[in-house]
Amino acid sequence: MAKVFIYPLNSLILADLVERFGHKPLTMMSQIREKVTSISLDSPPINITPEDPKLGLKYAAIEVPAGVRGRMALIGPLIEQTEAAILVENPPTNFGCVGCNRTNELTKYLIRSKGVPLLEVKYPESDEEARDFVNKIAEFLESLPKEKPEEEEKTKEGESAEKGDEK
Amino acid sequence: MTETKKEEITKYIVISSDEVLPSDAAMKIYESEFPVTVKETCFGLIVSGAKDDVETVVDRIRQLDKNHIFVKDRGFPPGDERRCRASRGGGPRPGFHFLREEVKMLPAIGAALDELEAKEHVKEKCKTKCRLKTSDLEKVIEEELAR
Repeated sequence: MAKVFIYPLNSLILADLVERFGHKPLTMMSQIREKVTSISLDSPPINITPEDPKLGLKYAAIEVPAGVRGRMALIGPLIEQTEAAILVENPPTNFGCVGCNRTNELTKYLIRSKGVPLLEVKYPESDEEARDFVNKIAEFLESLPKEKPEEEEKTKEGESAEKGDEK
Repeated sequence: MTETKKEEITKYIVISSDEVLPSDAAMKIYESEFPVTVKETCFGLIVSGAKDDVETVVDRIRQLDKNHIFVKDRGFPPGDERRCRASRGGGPRPGFHFLREEVKMLPAIGAALDELEAKEHVKEKCKTKCRLKTSDLEKVIEEELAR
C-alpha cells in the first residue's frame, strides 16, 4: 500500500479512487481532524497555534505571507510522507483550505521536485474525458507496489526479534 | 487507571446511484446496529464513530452499488458548532462548494468505473481459451438487436 498524495488535497473523487485501488490517500481532511479533535487546541481561528507558521518556515521563507506558511505547516508533513502523487490540473474550484494559489504552486513544485512516481491529469469535463481520467489513474495506481517491499518487512522483523531478545 | 479512547473518525458517503437512495443507505446502517452516528444529507450520508466501526459500515454501504457510491474522510465531526449551519446562521457550509462541483462529475466517473470493471471481466475471461457458450452468444445477439 503506497501513500499517495493527491491534489486538490480535499478531492472526493481522487481520495475515493486511491482508496478503491488499495492505497492510502494523503488528504487535508486527516490533518484537519488532528487540529480540530485534539482537546488541547482551541476553536478556530485559534486552532492554528503560533508554532505552526514556524513549522511552515521549513518550506517557505519569512517574507512569504503567514497564510502560506500556515497552510504549509499542514501540507508539508503530507509531502514528506508521499510515496506517489496524482496532480490534477485545472480543478474547477479551489475553495476553503486549498483556496490559496501560491500555496498550491509551492505544493506542486515540492511534489515535482521530490522525484516520486507522479501522474498529472486534466480535470474531466465530459464523459469521454472522465473515462480517460479514470483509466489513467487506475493504470497508475495499479503500477504502484501494493505491499511494502520485502526488505522493509525483514528489517522490521529483525528489530522486533532484537527487542524480544532484550526483554 | 488510564483509559485509552478509541480513535473517532468521520466519513462522507456520497451517493450518485440510480438504485440506492441516501435513506436506503441510512436504513441499512440502522439495521446493522453499529454504534455510529449517521446524518442524512442531500448528497448522501455523514457517518461518525470509532474507526473500525465506521470503516466496516462504509464498506457495507459501498457494496450496495460500489461504482456509484463514493467515500471520503471529513475532518470535523457532524454537527460541529464551528461548521454546522444551524449555529452559523445558515448558508452553505465551508467546503460544500467543492463537494458540489465534484458531485456533478460523479455520474461520469461512475460510468467510467463500470466500463473499467467490464473490461477487466473481459480480460479475465480471455486468459482461459474456451469455446463460446451458447448463453453468451445469445446475450451478444440480444445486445446487438437491442441497439
